[in-house]
Amino acid sequence: MRSAWLTLLLFLASTGTVAQAQDNRTVVVTRGEYLARAGDCIACHTAPDGQIFTGGRAMPTPFGTLYTSNITPDPETGIGRWSPDDFYKTMHSGRFPDGGLIYPAMPFGSYTKVTRADSDAIFAYLRSIPPVNQKNRPHDLRFPYGNRSLILGWRTLFFSEGEYKSDPSKSAEWNRGSYLVEGLGHCGMCHSPINALGGTPQSEAFKGGLIPMQNWYAPSLTSNREAGLGDWSIKDITDLLQTGVSARGVVYGPMAEVVHNSLQYLNDEDTKAMAVYLKSIAESGTRVPSSSALPTTESSLLTSLGKTVYDARCASCHGAQGEGKPPHWPPLANNQSIEMESAVNPIRMVLNGGYPPGTEGNPRPYGMPPFAGLLSDNEVAAVVTYIRTTWGNRGTPVSAREANELRSAPLN
Amino acid sequence: MSLRIAIAGLGIGLSVQVFPVGAQTPGQPPDTMAARVEACTPCHGNQGEGTSDVYFPRLAGKPAGYLYNQLLAFENGRRKYPPMNYLLEYLGDPYLQEMADYFASQHPPLPAPVPSDVSQDVLRHGEALVTRGDASRQIPACASCHGPTLTGMEPAIPGLLGLRPNYVSAQLGAWRYGTRTAKAPDCMQIVAGHLTEADVTAVAAFLATRPAPENAAPVPKGTYILPFFCGSQPN
Repeated sequence: MRSAWLTLLLFLASTGTVAQAQDNRTVVVTRGEYLARAGDCIACHTAPDGQIFTGGRAMPTPFGTLYTSNITPDPETGIGRWSPDDFYKTMHSGRFPDGGLIYPAMPFGSYTKVTRADSDAIFAYLRSIPPVNQKNRPHDLRFPYGNRSLILGWRTLFFSEGEYKSDPSKSAEWNRGSYLVEGLGHCGMCHSPINALGGTPQSEAFKGGLIPMQNWYAPSLTSNREAGLGDWSIKDITDLLQTGVSARGVVYGPMAEVVHNSLQYLNDEDTKAMAVYLKSIAESGTRVPSSSALPTTESSLLTSLGKTVYDARCASCHGAQGEGKPPHWPPLANNQSIEMESAVNPIRMVLNGGYPPGTEGNPRPYGMPPFAGLLSDNEVAAVVTYIRTTWGNRGTPVSAREANELRSAPLN
Repeated sequence: MSLRIAIAGLGIGLSVQVFPVGAQTPGQPPDTMAARVEACTPCHGNQGEGTSDVYFPRLAGKPAGYLYNQLLAFENGRRKYPPMNYLLEYLGDPYLQEMADYFASQHPPLPAPVPSDVSQDVLRHGEALVTRGDASRQIPACASCHGPTLTGMEPAIPGLLGLRPNYVSAQLGAWRYGTRTAKAPDCMQIVAGHLTEADVTAVAAFLATRPAPENAAPVPKGTYILPFFCGSQPN
C-alpha cells in the first residue's frame, strides 16, 4: 500500500514536470516566433507563392542572383539535422554547421549581436513548424563571385563578430531598442551606404543609401535631413513602425514590406524602445540647404510647370499648402523624405504610386495613384521639383532625365 | 413595440440623412472605398469603367469573385504585371475582397461599340467562335461559359463586354503562352491553347463590336451549366 502511494506520488510529480517542461517549451517557441518576426526571416526565406520558410526566393545582387535556403525542419533539405549550436553558429558567425561561409546577403553582420537565448528560441520555433521537403536552388553568381573564399575578404573588411554589449550609461529601454535595431531588425542592411564591395564600414552605419538592385533610397537614420527622427515625437515613430502611417509620413516600397512582415507584430514596449533608440541616434544640427546642379532658369521653369501639375493632380489630397490629411494622405511640406538629397523616392512615388502595408492598426490603407502613364518626364520632374522646393522645403530641383531613368526601375 | 421599432427606424433614417455614407471627418480623407481605391483610377477609371489606354481593362460590374481572384493572383505573383504586383503586395486579403466588391458594385454605362478595322470575314469568324465555338478543334463557344449575353456569371466568370481588342488579344495570348494562369483545371489555358493567332484576332475584334445588352450585370450563379469544370469557378 505504501509503495502504491509512493508510485502515485512519483507519477504525479513526473507528470507535473512533463507538463511544466511542455509549458516552458511552448513559451520558448512562442518567444522564438516573435523574435523570428522581429528578424523578418520570412521576407527572404519564403518565396512569393511558396510555403513558409522553404526559401527559394531570388535575391538579385550586383554579383548575381542568390536563392534563399529552406529553413523548415526537414532533415534532407532543411535544418532538421541541425543542433542549437549549429543554428547559433550561422546567426553569430555566418558559417554553416560544416564551417562553410555564408554569403553576407544573410544579415549575420547584424544577427551576430543576437543573444544565445534568443537564437535558441528562434531555433526552437523553426523546429516546431511543419517540415517541407524542398531542395535549395543553387546560386547563380557571375565569375568570380561564385568562389566562396572571396567572402573571407569581405568578412575581414566588414564583419565584426560579437553579441550586443549594453551601454551602461543608457537606460534599459534604450539598450533594448538598440539591440533590436542593430541586431534582429538588421535595419543597417538597407539604411547604410553599400560600397562597391557590397559592404558597409562601421563608421557609415545608418547613414542611408540606395538599395542595390531595387532603386529605392533607404534614407539615413542619423541625419535629420533624411529620415533622422530627432524632431519626431515618440508617438509618430511608433505609429509609423506599427501601422505604416503616421502624422509625419507613410512607409512605401521596401519599408512597407518590413512593417507588413515584421514591425507590426512587435509589442508596444519593444516598438517604443526602438523609437527611443532611433530618436537618440539622430545627429543634432540644422538642416542645410543642398546646392542644385541645375541652372536657375531651368529650375524656375520647372517650378512654374510643377505648380500647374500639382494644383491639377495632387492638391486635392495633399492640400494646396502640402499639408496633406495625415496620417492617410501624408503631408509633403516639412516632410524629410521629400526634401532629402536623393530624389529617388519622391520620383518613384509619383511614377508608381503605392499603398502603405495593410496592418492590424491600419487594415484598409489609402493608396497613392501611379502617374507614370499620365505625366511626361518633364511634368514628373516639374512636380517633384515643386514639392521639394516649396512651402519651406529645402530640397533641390530634379531633371527630366532623372525622372525618365526611374521609369524602368524594378517594381517588385 | 411597433412604435419603438418605428422610432428606432426613424433614428436610423435620420442618422443616415445627417451622416451620409462616407461622412467626412474634418482633416481626414473621406471614409469611403472610392477614396481608398483612388490608386486604381488613373488606369481603370474613376468607377472602374476603363480609360483611353487600350491595355487597361474595365473592372466595373465584373463579378466580385472574379475580381477577387485576380487581386489575389496579382498579390501573390501568380498573375504577373509588375505595376499591379507592386501595388497589392502588402495588402490583406479581406481588404482585397472589399476592393473587388466595390468595383463589382459599380455600374457606369458600357462604352459604345467601336467600328472594327478588320474585314467582315474576320468578324464572321469571330462571331462563329464566340457564339458556336468549333467542336472539330475542341473550342467551346465563349458564350457557353461567359453567358449568352457575354455578361458573365456569378461568382467568378467575367463579362467580356466593354473590353478593347488589344486587351482581349493580350490576355488570350498570355493564356496561350502560359504567362497567365488560373487554379487547375485551368479552363482558359486549355481553351486558349486551341486558338490560333487568327482566332484570337477575330474573337477580340468581334467582342468589341457587341452592343451593351439592357442588363449588363453578370447572371446569378447556376443560371446555366458550364460545359466543363473550372478551378476558378467553384460549383
